[in-house]
Amino acid sequence: MFSSWVCDPALGRPVDWRCEDIAGFVSTAFPKLAGVVPASRLEVRPAPEMAPSGVPELDALAGGLLRGHLTEVCGAASSGRTSMLLAALAAATQRQEACALVDVSDAFDPASAAAAGVDFGRLLWVRCGKTFSPQRHRDTEKNKKSEMREGHDFSRAEKRAKFQRALAPEGAKTEQALRAVDLLLQSGGFGLVAMDLGDVSVKLARRVPLTSWFRFQRAVENTPTILFAVTPVPCAQNCAALLLRVQSSVVSRQSSGKLSAIGSHLSEKLAHTQILEGFRVEGEILRSRFSGGRIARSFTSRVERKPVQSVTAAFTTKAVRTG
Amino acid sequence: MPFACIFVPDFPVQAVLRAEPGLRSQPVAVLEGKTPLQKVFAVNEKARRIGVEPGMPRLQLEECGDLALRPRSSLAEEDAHATLLECAQTFSPRVEDDACDTLLLDLAGLEALFGPPPKIAHDLRRRVSELGVEANVAVAANADTAVLAARGFSGVTVIPEGQEAERLGSLPVDVLFMRGHGFQPSHSPDGASEAQDAARLLEILERWGIHDLRSLAALPEVALSERLGQRGVFLQQLARGATFRDLVPVEEPPVFEKTIELEYPLVLLEPLAFVLSQLLQEICARLAAYALATQELTLQLELADGHFDDTGTDCVETGFHPAQPNETRQPFTRILHLPVPLLDPKVFLKLLQLDLNANPPGAPIRKIHLTAKPTRPGAAQSGLFLPPSPEPEKLELTLARIAGVVGSDHVGSPELLDTHRREGFNMQRFAPREPETAAKSTTSVVLLNGKSGLPSQAKRKICSCLESEKVADFSSPLAPRNDNPSGLSFCGTTEAAPSLKLPSFGNAQGAHNLVTALRIFRPPVRAVLTIRDGKPAHIMCSKRETMQGEILWTAGPWRSSGDWWEHEGWARDEWDIAVQEKSGIALYRLVRNLLGGEWLVEGSYD
Repeated sequence: MFSSWVCDPALGRPVDWRCEDIAGFVSTAFPKLAGVVPASRLEVRPAPEMAPSGVPELDALAGGLLRGHLTEVCGAASSGRTSMLLAALAAATQRQEACALVDVSDAFDPASAAAAGVDFGRLLWVRCGKTFSPQRHRDTEKNKKSEMREGHDFSRAEKRAKFQRALAPEGAKTEQALRAVDLLLQSGGFGLVAMDLGDVSVKLARRVPLTSWFRFQRAVENTPTILFAVTPVPCAQNCAALLLRVQSSVVSRQSSGKLSAIGSHLSEKLAHTQILEGFRVEGEILRSRFSGGRIARSFTSRVERKPVQSVTAAFTTKAVRTG
Repeated sequence: MPFACIFVPDFPVQAVLRAEPGLRSQPVAVLEGKTPLQKVFAVNEKARRIGVEPGMPRLQLEECGDLALRPRSSLAEEDAHATLLECAQTFSPRVEDDACDTLLLDLAGLEALFGPPPKIAHDLRRRVSELGVEANVAVAANADTAVLAARGFSGVTVIPEGQEAERLGSLPVDVLFMRGHGFQPSHSPDGASEAQDAARLLEILERWGIHDLRSLAALPEVALSERLGQRGVFLQQLARGATFRDLVPVEEPPVFEKTIELEYPLVLLEPLAFVLSQLLQEICARLAAYALATQELTLQLELADGHFDDTGTDCVETGFHPAQPNETRQPFTRILHLPVPLLDPKVFLKLLQLDLNANPPGAPIRKIHLTAKPTRPGAAQSGLFLPPSPEPEKLELTLARIAGVVGSDHVGSPELLDTHRREGFNMQRFAPREPETAAKSTTSVVLLNGKSGLPSQAKRKICSCLESEKVADFSSPLAPRNDNPSGLSFCGTTEAAPSLKLPSFGNAQGAHNLVTALRIFRPPVRAVLTIRDGKPAHIMCSKRETMQGEILWTAGPWRSSGDWWEHEGWARDEWDIAVQEKSGIALYRLVRNLLGGEWLVEGSYD
């Protein structure tokens, strides 16, 4: 409890006044300040509930994923962000929580997810990108039927569908994803809602309205839902309670068993003697509103800005082929 | 407690006559059996007068010129029986379907509605007669007495209480052994043995000189029991009208359906929603009255003979179609399958609206038929410590709305197929399973989350309990392992200073379940490759500008093939390649289709 020594002119000696007394004194002495609430009386924001991310190193660094908040993981292609996403999905589904993945680019690989341990029985996969409208749908069905009548090859319809899908503008996919995330968050009950904007161009990712991110943040607030976004660059700005940037180095194994990082040497002559071993992913906290990890807390305790010192952790992933 | 019995004599014949009223003035015989061996199954009174009896072969009937022969019709019999049952149920809610030709009604409490029992009996007979069936109706204080009287006396019979034995006394003994007709020809061994038993008893009674029920009722009970056993005693009780039994009323399965025929065809879906809302509320109220819910809703829309103009809301009547004048349009049917039993008309209405928006009927709607398949409502109470799961009603609505945005085949749970073919998965309907045990989830919450919302005292207690029992699930990738080099513990019990040692590559810690994910390009991106020393050296891709340049590193090829025994065989070589991009090194999966020869970039490792 805040207390202060104030000299009482009536008594002529200092008395111990508590903050309530000071507030009363100030409001009496200065009527203009009567409506002002002292900072010491402001409600303390409760510490959020944390959930493991599936990456122990990340949990040690940031304390895990924040329930009721947005966690943003950004990084370039092949930086390990999707591996983190799968790890988070696997951890959440193994906690028997219902999860949803809104896949903007329809890039989710079920085989990788199964290898990562994702329980598909608890995963809702929303694949964006299909141009869909009732009338067009009806026309497509009509065309399909006419082709069947005429004995045309099915591949023609398939090619047309692929063409239509390719024609779907990237902006429409993102729009679909934002609507789907909105619906999922409003529905509630999901332990983790992930939005994968990984393959969206940087320009478009930055064009996602800030109001959308604010709406998402408000929707998950005070709920046990983790909102997880994978983006190429930081997009959500202040709406993200935890912003992580990841980058990786690819490591291969040679036939001799020696591990080496790609980029440090030129390619070997014999390609079949090498195998992709995995990624060495380095994660850095760019912003953390709440920090559960002890190391990170020392730097970013309740500070909504970038830590003064780089806080990083590294982990490794393993390619499916290596078993 | 009075009972009324409706008995239709010669029921198979009456069922046929009901369909063909013109034969009422003629002698009619109903035949049963295959064509060369057909026998008379039932005859009417006129046919009986000219000497036609059941069991006679068809050959003997050829001499009877006026006799109308008809095959037995189970459809006509079922229809007649259903009509009789419906008629009986308009009088009494408690009707026993004793046999195809016999119905038993409980008349208790009906005096205030329909008058005294004799009046009810007359009204019953009149109503049945109006339906084209001539029936005997008997009223008695005893159910079995009413049945015997209806089978034995023609017309309307009313037996006052206490006079059963006296009134039944004039009936022949045969009436005790009359069996109701079944809908199908019965050749079951049980029926045959029962008939044999009845014939044996009848023969015995005949030898004793017992011809009517009065004689049977007068026999000494003990002596009858010694000679005929309990069966004989029961027959005597029947003859005396002294049996007592409960009625077994027919309980029609409740049907939850509503139909509405519109005065003018509906063109827009919005006004349809108002009509559907009313129907759904009525059905749900009815379901709620039976304490039921539904898991399947069937909406049938009868469409007008017209079609929608695709561009707008106008309806164009096509009128008479000369090529197919008698063609009737199939009703437009949509079936909503729900994963859990629900009983919320608002949810149903929204689901139907979303479904009709995605699949419009395509023509004006004239008639709406809505059916709900009843099921028992799910009684599930979630535990306090179970992980969150979406509410079924909200989830269904959300899935339907998302399906309206991205397409119904683009929402669901993936299911891996047993194949190495690319895209070897199916999309299933998303229906999350219920969390299995509360204990397990509680363990994970406490182990992994120091801020789980539990009281700190409770947390300490559970943690200490877990520590003492060493029940931490180390097989789970979520739980910290003992060999954690950083020394961090989510329980907060380890007080060692956390030294954040970055794990060296190859260390199993932390990486045992972290999989390098593959991001799939759908569809795969076509690329132009330059081959040097038998391996890809340079890549060019017109669709993705970033994906071009010298290949820094190559691994492969990994050859696979399959389905060569089917029409759609496939064979491919897979390469892992690293390409330098602006943001760093990107790793791709490159595929060469061995059948077509083209190079495709299938995805990127991320």
